[in-house]
Parts: sequence; C-alpha cells; structure tokens
Amino acid sequence: MIKIGKMLQQLLSSLGEKPATHRYPFERVSLPPRFRGKLKFYPEKCIGCRLCMRDCPSAAIQINKIGEKRFEAVISLDRCIYCAQCVDVCPKKALEITSEFELAQLDRKNLKAVFSPPAEPPSAGQAGATNASPETKAPEGA
Amino acid sequence: MSRIKIPIGPQHPALKEPENFQLALEGERIMEAGMRLGYNHRGMEKACEQRSYIQDIYLLERVCGICSHSHSTCFVQAVEEIAGLQITPRAAYIRVLIGELERIHSHMLWFGVAAHEVGFDTLLMYSWRDREIVMDLLAEISGNRVNYAINTIGGVRRDITPELSARIAQGIDRLEERTKYYIQVATEEATLIARLSKVGFLSKQDALALGAIGPTGRASAVDSDTRRDDPYAVYNELAFKVITDEHCDVYGRTLVRLGELMETYKIIRQVLERLPEGPLTVKAPRKIPAGEAFSRYEAPRGEDVHYVRSNGTEKPERVKVRAPTLANLASVAKMLENNYLADAPIIIAAIDPCFSCTDRALVLKEANGRNRRSMEWDALRTYGIEWHRRRGIDFAGAGKRLLKLMEGH
Ligand code: SF4
Ligand code: SF4
Repeated sequence: MIKIGKMLQQLLSSLGEKPATHRYPFERVSLPPRFRGKLKFYPEKCIGCRLCMRDCPSAAIQINKIGEKRFEAVISLDRCIYCAQCVDVCPKKALEITSEFELAQLDRKNLKAVFSPPAEPPSAGQAGATNASPETKAPEGA
Repeated sequence: MSRIKIPIGPQHPALKEPENFQLALEGERIMEAGMRLGYNHRGMEKACEQRSYIQDIYLLERVCGICSHSHSTCFVQAVEEIAGLQITPRAAYIRVLIGELERIHSHMLWFGVAAHEVGFDTLLMYSWRDREIVMDLLAEISGNRVNYAINTIGGVRRDITPELSARIAQGIDRLEERTKYYIQVATEEATLIARLSKVGFLSKQDALALGAIGPTGRASAVDSDTRRDDPYAVYNELAFKVITDEHCDVYGRTLVRLGELMETYKIIRQVLERLPEGPLTVKAPRKIPAGEAFSRYEAPRGEDVHYVRSNGTEKPERVKVRAPTLANLASVAKMLENNYLADAPIIIAAIDPCFSCTDRALVLKEANGRNRRSMEWDALRTYGIEWHRRRGIDFAGAGKRLLKLMEGH
C-alpha cells in the first residue's frame, strides 16, 4: 500500500530505545579476537631470517642484529598497514598481532616501536630457549 | 533560452571523492554533461611492478575502500591462473562468503548514501545502523572491518569456525528481516518513489551501447552478471537469481540493489551449509612462471577486471586494473541529460561511483589543445617531485629512503 510516512512507526518505536552508537571513549567495546592491531615481537624466538621484512608490503618492519643470536625489531607504526603478513610468514612465531589499536601520537618519532631482547645475552647452548619476558621499549624514538 | 555552463566539483558533488562535471544548463535543466577524472591518480599499477605478488595483494586490496575483497580476489585469481594453481573447495567457499558479505555492506552503504542524497536522512541512519551487523561479522571473521586481508596466493588466510558460522547465520537472519523492511519502505513510501522515479533515465539500448554494468546495467534491464555468466570460485554450484528491473531510473537501481541483497542472503546460507572440509591453502611458488591472465569478478558495483602479466620473477611485469566505475561513467553523462540540476547528486551517486579506484592514467594535452603527450613512469615521478619542490615541499629524500627500504628486502 503506497502511503506517506512509512517509517513513522519505526521512528516512534525508537524513541524509547538507547542510542545505537557507543559512547567511546567512556564506553569500550570488546574487539574480536582476530583483530589486527599493533604487533608484538618475541626477541627470544626470532632467528633473524628476515622473511617478515621480505614480505611486508610497506617496509614497516626492520629486524636488526644486535649481538650473537640476538635480534631487535623496529616497527614503524605509521607505515604498518596491519595486514599481519609478517605474522603469517614468520617460521618461529616470533611475531604476534595484538588488539591494541589506539596508536595515535602527537610526535611522529613516537610511532617507532622498538622491541629489544632482554639485556643479558643468553648463554651459549640456551640461545632461543629462554623464557625471559620480552622487554618492550615502546614507544621510543629510534 | 541561453545556455550556461557550470562546473561541479572536484570537491565532492555527491560522494566525498574528487571528480569534476561540466554541466551545460538551460534554466534548471541539464542539456549536456561532460566530466573529468584525474584528481586522485595514485600510481598503483606501477607500484605493483615494484613489489612481489604477496605484497601486491595488500596493495591492490586498497584500490577501493569498499570492494577491497573484490580487487584482491580478482588479482589472486589471475595469478593463480598463471601459476596453474587450483585452490581448495573450502578456500573457494570462504572467498565467496567474504565476497557476498562485502556485497551486503556495500549495498547497505549505497542505500544509505542514496537516501541521504535525496534528503531522507532517517533512512540513512537506520540503514547504516543495520549495516553495522555485517561490518561486525567481517571484523570477526577477518580481523578488520574493511581491509579483510583474507586472500593469499593459493587460498585464504582465515578459517570459518563452527561458532563463527552460527554467528554469521544469526546476523544474516537479522539482516534479511531488516532488508525486507527496507524493501517495504522503498515500494510503499510515496515520497521516496516520487523522488526517485524517472530520475536519471537510461534506456536499455543506451545501457548496452555505453557498456553499463553491475546494478546500473541490470536496472536498465541488461541481464548480465559475471557470477552467472562466467562463474569463478564456486558460483556455478550455488543457486541464485540475477535481479533485473525495467524502471531504468534511480528507483530501479534502488530496487535492484535491495533485491540483490535478498539473493546474497540465499548464497551465504548455501555457503554455510555446504562449506566443505579441507585445507585453506595450496602451496604457491614465490616466482610465478611467465604468462598472462585476465580475471573477472562481479564486484558490488559491477564487473571488476584485472590483467596480470608475469615474467617468471617474484614481481609481476604488468598489472592492469579496470574498476567497475570506469565502465559506468559513460552512462552517467547520458543519465544527467534532461534532468534538473538538483537531481545531479543522486544521479551521480546512483551508479555507486568510486572515482579514486577509477583513476589510472593521465593524458597531457598542451595548451593549444593539439599535441598529446604521455609520460613515462620516471619522468612522471621527477615531474611530481619538482612540482612539489617548487612549492616548498621536498619529497626527494623520503622517496629515496623508501626505495632503499624496498630494495633492501
Ligand atoms: S620472520 Fe620471524 S624469525 Fe624471521 S626475522 Fe622475522 S620475526 Fe625473526
Ligand atoms: S602487519 Fe603488515 S605492514 Fe605491518 S609490519 Fe607486518 S607485514 Fe608489515
């Protein structure tokens, strides 16, 4: 039946409803578990193969050798497109995607996330098997 | 009556994208329409040649902010054809699933935009609220609302778990219910029908002659759909109707898109029911053997086409993208003729244009209008850097640094 005001009923019934939008940042929504946010790097797992660097579409990840079997990752959060290709390609699962998404900074220098291995070099024979928690110096100028 | 010519754009005449229309008016009537693209040429095809196939997937996914899956699928299909890869049925089903969810999100978005262009903002608010259902589903499956990054060469990267499958089914039920309501609104609300009918008329002959595709063509009774006519992935196993309409105007384009939504729900239900077991990927070589392929994909806006040529290395030799909007642009000029100036925004919006996706090449004409000049990539790059330097912005260093980074890989 053709008439005017077809949506009127819908509008009236919405009057008593809560707004559909969330009151971010006061109210937080939970992100889906597969959400692709800021990367996390586990230096003790990395073997320095640099497959992640080879496949990154935007040259956002840099793996630096800083000692015998010790690697640090520098991730340019401003260049990263959060595709997680580096996570998929890493043979040692040294990279992980987290749900951290509030990455805005006033100073561009702060958009470099540096993940350094623990200060004490792992003794020979134990390399790559330590379970020391990765020390994250982020965000810091590189 | 004397004619006046007015320019509209390049600052968004309808959608927030840069393009320019020159309309010749007699009074309020548009007598002739010309248009100009080229405000947002991003050099993506050339950039593809400097990156590996894997990197190109993510780059091409960003051709469009809405049909992201369409472009990446179209590209990987071409690469897989060259490499002779046969993806697993499960991967093909998942690609279809994401593609159809993307269609819902695109059509719902369009519906809201169209409502907004004719001043029916109530409808915009409700349709976009409901669109969030599908956006949330896409985020849950892929991890992102828009750039799903689901494709890889030889398959897909994320699986559909049974729980996800149940969630999708639930979401689809809710969306179907809402779409039925919007179909009621579109077919019963007198003001909407009156506002959209006879606006932007495009006859079937014109649609065929000008090569209109997708919902724009189908609303002018052109019965074509790549999913049925040249099935890719698993569309040959799925039952669905191709929706066409005889109205040939903006109203028809609305009905076609709403009708397609209902078909999309059917497709998704079939996919969820039949989703075969199996691995997600087959092993793909990094170096793609020399060859070429041409891939077609029915994006929400119409047929998307990619051409890829490989030379046996890790990087493609040529990637050519034809986004659906380019095929529909010629029709827009025709549709605008004989309409009122006030109808221009909705007529332009009715093809669901994506101008930035369409910008590919620029032909330079010298001021005398005679000599045409085309520029090679390097010359264009130098020209761009010089142009900015004259205005006090120096990109040379940044460009070099990026090149170094890319080559360091
Ligand atoms: S791919 Fe993994 S193991 Fe290899 S360098 Fe990158 S983070 Fe380290
Ligand atoms: S998420 Fe993507 S863009 Fe970011 S560092 Fe990894 S591969 Fe590069």
